[in-house]
Amino acid sequence: MTTATAPVTLKAYKPLFAAENTWCVGCGDYGILAAIQQALVQLQLPPHRVMVFSGIGCGSKLPDYLQCNGWQTLHGRALPAAQGFRLVQHDMTVLAVTGDGDGLGEGGNHWLHAMRRNVNFTHLVENNQTYGLTKGQASPTSDPGYISSTTPEGSVEYAMNPVAVALAAGATFVARGFSGNVKQLRDLIAAAIEHPGYAIIDILQPCITWNRVEYTFKWFRERVYDLAEDHDPQDQVAAFARSLEWGDRIPVGVFYRTDRASLDSQTPAIQMEPDRAVALRDLPVDREQFEALKAALT
Amino acid sequence: MSEVTYTIGGEAGQGVESSGAGFARAHARAGYHVFALQEYESRIRGGHNIYQVRASDQPVRAHSRHHSVLIALDDDTIPNCLKDVRPGGAVIYDAERKDVDAAAIEAAGARAVGAPLKEIATTVGSDKIMANTVALSIASALSGFDFAAVEEVIRENFARKGEAAVDTNLAVARAGYEWGLQHVDDFPHRLPPAPNGNGRPMLVHGNQGVVLGAIAAGCKAVGGYPMTPWSSVLEYLTESRNLGIVAQQTEDEIAAISFALGASWGGARALTGSSGGGFALMVEHLSLAGMNEVPLVVIEVQRAGPATGLATRSEQSDLLFALHAGHGEFPMIVTALKDPVDAYYRTARAFNLAEQYQCVVMVLSDLHTSNSLLSAPTAAMDYDTVVAQIDRGKTLTHEQLDDMPNGYERYAFSEDGISPRAIPGHANALVHGMSDEHDESGAITEESINRTKMVQKRMRKLDGAREQMEPPEVYGPATAPLSMVGWGGTYGTLREVVDRSDGRVNLIHYTDLQPFPAEGARPLQEAKRLVAVEQNFTGQLARYLRAQTGIEISQKIIKYDGRQMSPEWVLERLEGIAG
Repeated sequence: MTTATAPVTLKAYKPLFAAENTWCVGCGDYGILAAIQQALVQLQLPPHRVMVFSGIGCGSKLPDYLQCNGWQTLHGRALPAAQGFRLVQHDMTVLAVTGDGDGLGEGGNHWLHAMRRNVNFTHLVENNQTYGLTKGQASPTSDPGYISSTTPEGSVEYAMNPVAVALAAGATFVARGFSGNVKQLRDLIAAAIEHPGYAIIDILQPCITWNRVEYTFKWFRERVYDLAEDHDPQDQVAAFARSLEWGDRIPVGVFYRTDRASLDSQTPAIQMEPDRAVALRDLPVDREQFEALKAALT
Repeated sequence: MSEVTYTIGGEAGQGVESSGAGFARAHARAGYHVFALQEYESRIRGGHNIYQVRASDQPVRAHSRHHSVLIALDDDTIPNCLKDVRPGGAVIYDAERKDVDAAAIEAAGARAVGAPLKEIATTVGSDKIMANTVALSIASALSGFDFAAVEEVIRENFARKGEAAVDTNLAVARAGYEWGLQHVDDFPHRLPPAPNGNGRPMLVHGNQGVVLGAIAAGCKAVGGYPMTPWSSVLEYLTESRNLGIVAQQTEDEIAAISFALGASWGGARALTGSSGGGFALMVEHLSLAGMNEVPLVVIEVQRAGPATGLATRSEQSDLLFALHAGHGEFPMIVTALKDPVDAYYRTARAFNLAEQYQCVVMVLSDLHTSNSLLSAPTAAMDYDTVVAQIDRGKTLTHEQLDDMPNGYERYAFSEDGISPRAIPGHANALVHGMSDEHDESGAITEESINRTKMVQKRMRKLDGAREQMEPPEVYGPATAPLSMVGWGGTYGTLREVVDRSDGRVNLIHYTDLQPFPAEGARPLQEAKRLVAVEQNFTGQLARYLRAQTGIEISQKIIKYDGRQMSPEWVLERLEGIAG
């Protein structure tokens, strides 16, 4: 048994599960996986205190490649499950890993309301601007003109800007990272985990199979710059202005953070007994309290 | 059995439901067995709503088509209900109304009681809405109900509005009662002596039974989205948050079930639910729970469909949908509620079954069961019985995990198909699961031998569950020449039919439906003649029973107008069959 005092090393997060990694060689997801592992080590969180949820897609296979508690759920559905889990195990670290089609398309409604609700967990969006696993169809973040089997003349829909939407919807921590800069992404993930509320990182993740001209590692490397140089992350209006930058210069880093109280901190069941997770409490309700419920019906 | 049935008809906003429920409570406290029915429209104001209170010296489990006292607060009540007033029964209406034809009421064999409802409400009281109190007080005088019981409920109901409100309402009630006493004459529908003495029984509906069962069983989390008639389960659990329950209204029903499953993955006993269309949205997650073997209790309170259907009306038309809900093949337990007391024990048991077999247990209710009130002593929902039966199956507590070696595998193969289930958070067990097909560790694999074994492992759990499924209840004489076959929320109605049919009919009533009980076919085989009685168009139970047992029930009594069948309605139709 691991003792609480033993230092957590990267080895702890190397997968022992028998799963074969099915990501393409050179996939942007590898950088994200490495950054998550490094962030968890940086925070000295032991694997058994971490729970990672995912949806469905290439990136959502990540729980198979990360040695901690994990559940790959359904396409678009990682976020509500993560919230249900977190509220009954409020002292565990909860991550939700989704793709762009998965988390922002199929799960778009869940995403909007997760931001409003502000349950304390970290949402990592592996944003490759395409549907990788189902062979390159247009995603909510695909640009107009994107040609695919379902947009043969090029997409005519506006590309969703996840950072701008998150700022408008009430997310309390909004960042963008790049899977080609693992060190910076590690620090962003660590900061997101430490943020006491819903935290989203829109991660630019090149798909080496479907993004051949734009949105390659090279393309992003030539354009990304660190917001930290000259941006105040307390300033929501400035954050929104920066979120609209795209093209020759693409900002990465923390756009916005605020300390609005999390739902967890206002949940009566948690407040009653903050030192013990709701799920780990004794089952039977107090007899007198139960009899009082019945008496109220007489 | 001796009884008085009061029926109040009025518009939404006239206090039909609130005054009716108070009147029901007064009768229960006075020692009567009470059943109360509400029929209402999907609107906030106006329309035509019905509230019926049946008070009896014997247990009463259903509404009646026939009224001893009919109170008409709106224009629709008399045209709709006059034909069903019992001989000599009273029709109470406002004497000022010009549209009421007293002669027609008398011609129908009823007594026309044109009373100063509005006058008393506005002169003794302060608002014409108090007409409902005047009318119920007159009804009390006619039936011989003890006015003290009415007074007590008025005091209680208006206490939060202050002393003046209590006094005004009491004065109005007294004036109504006095007026009624002067017009009793020889009213034939008088209450029998109360059988139970004065006590404080509960008046409880099915959704309350569900919630009490869930709370007693240790439910710690609920995710839900409002939809009639499921909403009050979510609301009542939310009210009970101070018992350590995480209650969350989510953005939609998909999120509701996902939220509940996340909580269950975290180790909490969890519940979700909805009605018809909201339940339809949850279906992909039933399949997820099946694949990843996550315990969950799902309450499906049926209403009349399809689509938006009749939002405030009852039906039993989701049976086959519920039994087959979910893509792919996976084990799921389905059980149906008979009445509010049954709801208490059956819901509590659902939490045990869900954890024992690590699967979804679907609890089917219906609008009628969900909001009809039944009187029951508080002891009828026993805390100790439920607590003593709590069984988490192969769930491993953190204390148990302290002594476990490393190498935990969530989906370890086992003889009964059930794998020890760890709750995440403990150093000795990482809990890993993928909704793709997976190996014993939970990791994705498409390998064929593993696939075959995993399907068998999951489906094998049904063998154990089947042993716990209850065969249908047979009520009434075993030798009856005709057997009604029913399920779920028609139980109260069909029992009364048996009681009123002089040994000609008995009832085979199903509650546990899936896996089909090992002895589930026997009562059908032993019956002389069968007739399926259901609140749907296609005879869904009969179709299911044919699939499970090979027995075809060709005679059907079906109703699909959204109104719960009354015992009288069934008895009439049995006449046509019994030849």
